[in-house]
Amino acid sequence: MSSTQQVLAAGPPVSAKAPWRPPWHRRLHGSDFTWAIAFVVPYAAVFLAFVVYPFGHALWMASKPSLYVDLFADPGYLRTVVNTVLFVGIAVNLKMFLALLLSGFFLRRRWWIKALLAVYVLPWALAATQACISFHWMLIGEQGLVNRLLDEWLGIEGPLWFNDRWLGLGADIVVYIWKWMPFWTVIFLAARMKIPRDIYDSAQIDGAIGARRFVHVTFPLLANLYLLCTLLSTLWTVGDFTTVFLVSVGGPGGATDVLATLGFHYAFDAAQPALGVAAVISALPVLIPLVILLMRRLHTSEVRL
Amino acid sequence: MSIALSVPQPARRRYRLRRRLGDVGSVVLAIVLLIWSLLPVYQMLLIALDPEEGEIEFSGNIWPSELSLDGFREVVMQEARYLEDFWQQFGNSVFIGLLTMVLTVLIASLASFAVSRMRLSKGSLLTNAALLTYAIPASFLIVPYYGIMHGYGLSNSLWAVIAAQVAFAIPFAILMLQLYATLIPFELDDAARVDGASPVQLYLRIYLPLMTPALAVVAVYALLLAWNDYLYQAVLLSPRNTTLAVTQGLLFTDADAPWNAMMASAIIYVLPPIALLFALRRYVVAGLTMADDNG
Repeated sequence: MSSTQQVLAAGPPVSAKAPWRPPWHRRLHGSDFTWAIAFVVPYAAVFLAFVVYPFGHALWMASKPSLYVDLFADPGYLRTVVNTVLFVGIAVNLKMFLALLLSGFFLRRRWWIKALLAVYVLPWALAATQACISFHWMLIGEQGLVNRLLDEWLGIEGPLWFNDRWLGLGADIVVYIWKWMPFWTVIFLAARMKIPRDIYDSAQIDGAIGARRFVHVTFPLLANLYLLCTLLSTLWTVGDFTTVFLVSVGGPGGATDVLATLGFHYAFDAAQPALGVAAVISALPVLIPLVILLMRRLHTSEVRL
Repeated sequence: MSIALSVPQPARRRYRLRRRLGDVGSVVLAIVLLIWSLLPVYQMLLIALDPEEGEIEFSGNIWPSELSLDGFREVVMQEARYLEDFWQQFGNSVFIGLLTMVLTVLIASLASFAVSRMRLSKGSLLTNAALLTYAIPASFLIVPYYGIMHGYGLSNSLWAVIAAQVAFAIPFAILMLQLYATLIPFELDDAARVDGASPVQLYLRIYLPLMTPALAVVAVYALLLAWNDYLYQAVLLSPRNTTLAVTQGLLFTDADAPWNAMMASAIIYVLPPIALLFALRRYVVAGLTMADDNG
């Protein structure tokens, strides 16, 4: 029997005389080191060629101060910043909070709730472009499915969703939540399943049930994960292009544009690529602290996704 | 004498009432979630199964009057307007999706193996650098990408899209793999080393098999990232050799498009990731819950 099989058969050793040391000590030698470097090289190459270089190029394109003078002179830019803050702020926080609550619902042990989960994760697996197009059709004009249903079931006349800035932005937010809430619900559900039952049992003896249990037991245990997920989701949502571009089409007249779509319009519709890059680069002072916070949270705590 | 009898009567009734209310609430919530999740799917089917080309979205029907598979037939036979190259465009989408998936799994697992298992010194630098990618969202780099891909000789190439997707899929992949790798005991590597296994054998025989659940999560994630993409495919590919997502995205405001066929093609397009997720569901569940059994 080889020693590998022995370990596999015996499981983790209970006690060992010599202190356990990793198979490779702090320093790698000779061929091992070469192999390790060889394993890292592909990613390093991808990172340099397709992240660092484009990023550097973007900074170089957007380095002229006059671009920012133009940018701030454009009322459309300021409106876009407000839209982006609202879109990201509302969509991310609402989505995360609802996902956290729903993860508790899906924890219930009923067969039909388990079956429902399979349907509920469908939006996550449904391609974004097609889902957004479907939502756009649902909301256009008086003949859209949503307005027809409102008329049929409730007898109210639905508004023209994309003729109003706030309704359009609201529609974008709802679609974004629809698409991404299942993913985070599953993450929270997985984390909740890891919470040992005895914690709940002892909490119950202390009188923590229902909402009180959620506030005093579940949430503190998940708080760190919740913060990490919110940070990651914020970074991803700032870059979301498809939702606004395909659901409200930035309309009416660019009133619902966010930074990602505004940069696109500057660069490809108005043929001002440098201005387009400057528009999105202006978000960096907010994004970089978020990433640093994310890295520090990941380092300081043992986190399990 | 059971314990239940010693509980005062009102408390028990309150408990039972609460339970009943909880059940009613669950059912209501379940119905709401069902409608919420499936309404856009229903809209897609409603249009796709309409016999007249692109009529139903303007007549405002809620219930289909008559169903027909004409839309699907036209798509598959490539007879529908704007969808003459359906199979080529679908093939391009599949090519981009599959290669993004395979390359992400391969490159991320190699790097993660070197950092977490071989303990490459200063390895955490790599993990941090990867996370730094998210300081600038992918969609923000589309303008420089457009110029840079020319420089790399990749203009109008599917590989340009794949490279961009892989670069943005890997940071999350590495994060996921690093977290999962903590479940695999180092003693295994140790024992294999004593048996004379090389780093490559260790990667192939121990790391990959034991990491299957995490690799499944990464694979699904990468495929979905490429499948969800519209921007990179629209900008980096030429209209003559494009993908299905771009065709659908470009034409969706066109009232003259044959919308039953367009929606039929959309339904065909959304199926592969759902099939993959279904096929890998056991591993994905194990990967997400960090269960260390390989099933």
